[in-house]
Amino acid sequence: MAIAFDLNGKRVSIEVLPDTRLLWAIREHLKLTGTKFGCGAGLCGACTVHVDGSRAFSCQITVQEVAGKSVTTIEGLSPQGQHPVQKAWLAENVPQCGYCQSGQIMAAADLLAKNRRPSRAEIVEHMSTNICRCGTYPRIVRAIERAAREG
Amino acid sequence: MAIDSKKTRQSKSSVTRRSFMVGVAGLTFSLVEAGRIGASATTVRNKNITVTPWVAISTDGSVHIMSPAAEMGQGSLTSLPLILAEELDADWTKVKIVPAPPIQAIYGNPGFGGMMYTAGSAAVRGYYKPLRLFGAQVRRVLIENAAKKWGVPVEELTTEPGVVIHARSGRRFGYGEIAAFAELPAKAPDIKDSELKKPGEFRLIGKDVMRVELPSKVDGTAQYSIDVQLPRMLYGAITRAPVEGSSLQRVDDAAAQRIRGVIKLVSLPHGVGVIAETPEAAFAAKEALKITWSRDGKAWGFSSEKGIEVNAVIARNLAQPGVDWEKVGDAAAAFQQADSVYSAEYHCDYAYHAQMEPLNAVALVPTSGGAAEIWCGTQSQFMAVEATAKALGITPDKVKLHDMLLGGGFGRRGHRDEEFIVDAVLLANETRGRPVKTMWTREDDVRNGRFRPLTAHFLRAGFDKSGKLVAWHHRHAGDGITAFQDPVFFEMAKRRDVIAMRGMEASPYEIPNRHGEFLQNDSGIRTSALRGVGVGPNKFAVEAFIDELAAKRGIDPVVFRLDLLKNVPRARAVVDKVTQMSDWRRKRNGRGLGFAYMDYTGTHVATVAEVTVNPKDGEIRVHDIWTALDCGIAVQPDNVVAQTESCIVYGLGLALSERITVANGEVQESNFYDYQVPRMRDIPDIHVELVATPNNPTGVGQMATPGVAPAISNAVAAATGVRLRHMPMTPERVLRALKT
Repeated sequence: MAIAFDLNGKRVSIEVLPDTRLLWAIREHLKLTGTKFGCGAGLCGACTVHVDGSRAFSCQITVQEVAGKSVTTIEGLSPQGQHPVQKAWLAENVPQCGYCQSGQIMAAADLLAKNRRPSRAEIVEHMSTNICRCGTYPRIVRAIERAAREG
Repeated sequence: MAIDSKKTRQSKSSVTRRSFMVGVAGLTFSLVEAGRIGASATTVRNKNITVTPWVAISTDGSVHIMSPAAEMGQGSLTSLPLILAEELDADWTKVKIVPAPPIQAIYGNPGFGGMMYTAGSAAVRGYYKPLRLFGAQVRRVLIENAAKKWGVPVEELTTEPGVVIHARSGRRFGYGEIAAFAELPAKAPDIKDSELKKPGEFRLIGKDVMRVELPSKVDGTAQYSIDVQLPRMLYGAITRAPVEGSSLQRVDDAAAQRIRGVIKLVSLPHGVGVIAETPEAAFAAKEALKITWSRDGKAWGFSSEKGIEVNAVIARNLAQPGVDWEKVGDAAAAFQQADSVYSAEYHCDYAYHAQMEPLNAVALVPTSGGAAEIWCGTQSQFMAVEATAKALGITPDKVKLHDMLLGGGFGRRGHRDEEFIVDAVLLANETRGRPVKTMWTREDDVRNGRFRPLTAHFLRAGFDKSGKLVAWHHRHAGDGITAFQDPVFFEMAKRRDVIAMRGMEASPYEIPNRHGEFLQNDSGIRTSALRGVGVGPNKFAVEAFIDELAAKRGIDPVVFRLDLLKNVPRARAVVDKVTQMSDWRRKRNGRGLGFAYMDYTGTHVATVAEVTVNPKDGEIRVHDIWTALDCGIAVQPDNVVAQTESCIVYGLGLALSERITVANGEVQESNFYDYQVPRMRDIPDIHVELVATPNNPTGVGQMATPGVAPAISNAVAAATGVRLRHMPMTPERVLRALKT
């Protein structure tokens, strides 16, 4: 059975088992690989996307659950990587290996969409869902503060 | 400057040598046919001149430079070509970086046994001199060509980025213009060290440029092997034996076969593979397998809880000799004559790399067999090619490597057998003509992990009547690493387990009689270099013990160390710097400060941690960490700071929470809920300062990791009077220590 949802502003329809995780649908069926597989258990945040404007772990929701909804991935966050969070990420030289950063950026964009001037404590609380094994946390904090400032 | 991300390394070199000579440091300098170097130069429509296999200059002025190291977040993809560009005086905006093909004879690291291997934080350290030389040679060739064309003496010419200049006549030639008419000498020009740039003349080294691949890492376009998409690609999953050395005895795959999309189940010596049309089908089928394993693996019955005690007994047993690492003076005699002798024991548990990209690779074996194409993230391009060739019984030249970005390395992706790549190759061989992307799940990645070993350290120190530290003995008993990780390198190293032993030394502390020895006790558990290698456990013991000795003598731990570092000015400078940064002498209410210093293969690092300990739940809260680091010339200073921050966060996890336990030979942890790595809320304020010295650059990728745990242990002792001697220092262990 085909399941349809909006992906980065375009309607897509895919034939998968309804309980297929959104992560695999996005990455391997629809070939948008910016969203990453990290733990498959909702523990690391590498697979973070936005569903109807709020962040979600794409490894923890099924394709059926997003039927008719709107999904945004890192590829759809901005046309040319020009989202304030993405610009701040480069200004602060955040990424190292880079593997977790799509998820980090999607989590940060979600925070700033709801709280334009988050406090340091609010940033830490919100972002502690996402693991960065390279330990770029101090720079992520700085980048979020910069994006909030320069937004 | 840009990276040609679509181009990847290929094992079949397109380099055609017209003439050839061996240059300095064993690296080759050769002339190659124009336009035939690497992948990207071939696509440039303009004429190219290629002066060494490292550089190609096109008539449009673009300069292609080879990058020989794996990029796993440490920044070598940028910093190595930048070193060459510096001496070439290239215009950085016109530099295109091309990953070097896996040809060790040309691109191997002279500072790492000539291997094309990205590890040991050795890339900048090893390549610095030869890359500067190559850059200077190419610049000289360009100048000589311009001089001939203009009919002026070479001495009258200078360069600015991308341009040769004759100041007297005001004439200028862009490098691209020279490429159009340049003639190449049969032999590389001689460049004396004195003709290289002085640090004050650097335009790129020491100035921060953006790492070339960063834009791709914020818009989702960065390509790791897990992202590869190929026509008609299949998906592989694998269940490996839970105990190393065990093999497949019986498999009931009836349920797995029934899963829609499953194409083939494959019995392998070390496990069972699944090939399916989709990843979800592959993983579901893997879960549905019922497997019986043989019980002949060496680690059957092994438990880490008991194993650590066995190692401790070996470490304490002075009658059992080990393999010497450091032997200076006569430690045995000095202990006999010592006025007072102290001893202490330290333990470290197994630890896991937890790189964020679970291990994976994509492989394609053609229908006719006899060759392979692989897409992988590896710390060693040539090992990936060799392991693939060996698995298929073909020669390495039949393997085409697509070298992808690494979603973290930390030592996990540089084993001689490259087992996660071979998994993909073996499955692809079962579906010839169709590529297979074989992914480990996070659970596979943990359970099939290769770990920093379980170690016990017994240390003794002897003082003479005057209170001088005169004798030192460090005995380290543990699994060992090198023989398992890389048997070839183990033989090259004359069967000395250098990966496990590094850091055992007391030097550069001036103690006249020192003995460090390693006692291998192979449990059968898989082991690996892990960020900081042996230095992590060894310096945990050394730096905590030094602190205990200072306390016994009633001397401030920094003063105690400075006394032992009288003749090591670079050490004293970082110690002084970090005591300033942390305001070391200021008393903190209810908080403890702890100190650690080391010389890690030439990089001097001093660290201070400030902690509080919650007596109710045993939690250690680290408030601040200050690190001062001298790596000589910092090629990319902000990147050195970033690497050091990264090291500190990694060291924090190893110090406080990261622990792999083994019961009955099987790894007990499986994902990030029971193997806890630091999250943002766990991070102290981190303060890093570089102490600039004009020395040749040394490594930074892991040098600040090992100091974190001893600094924290020492801080806890300062705050509570209780000494923690077992890493990780978990709340349970803290509570136990507080009670005794």
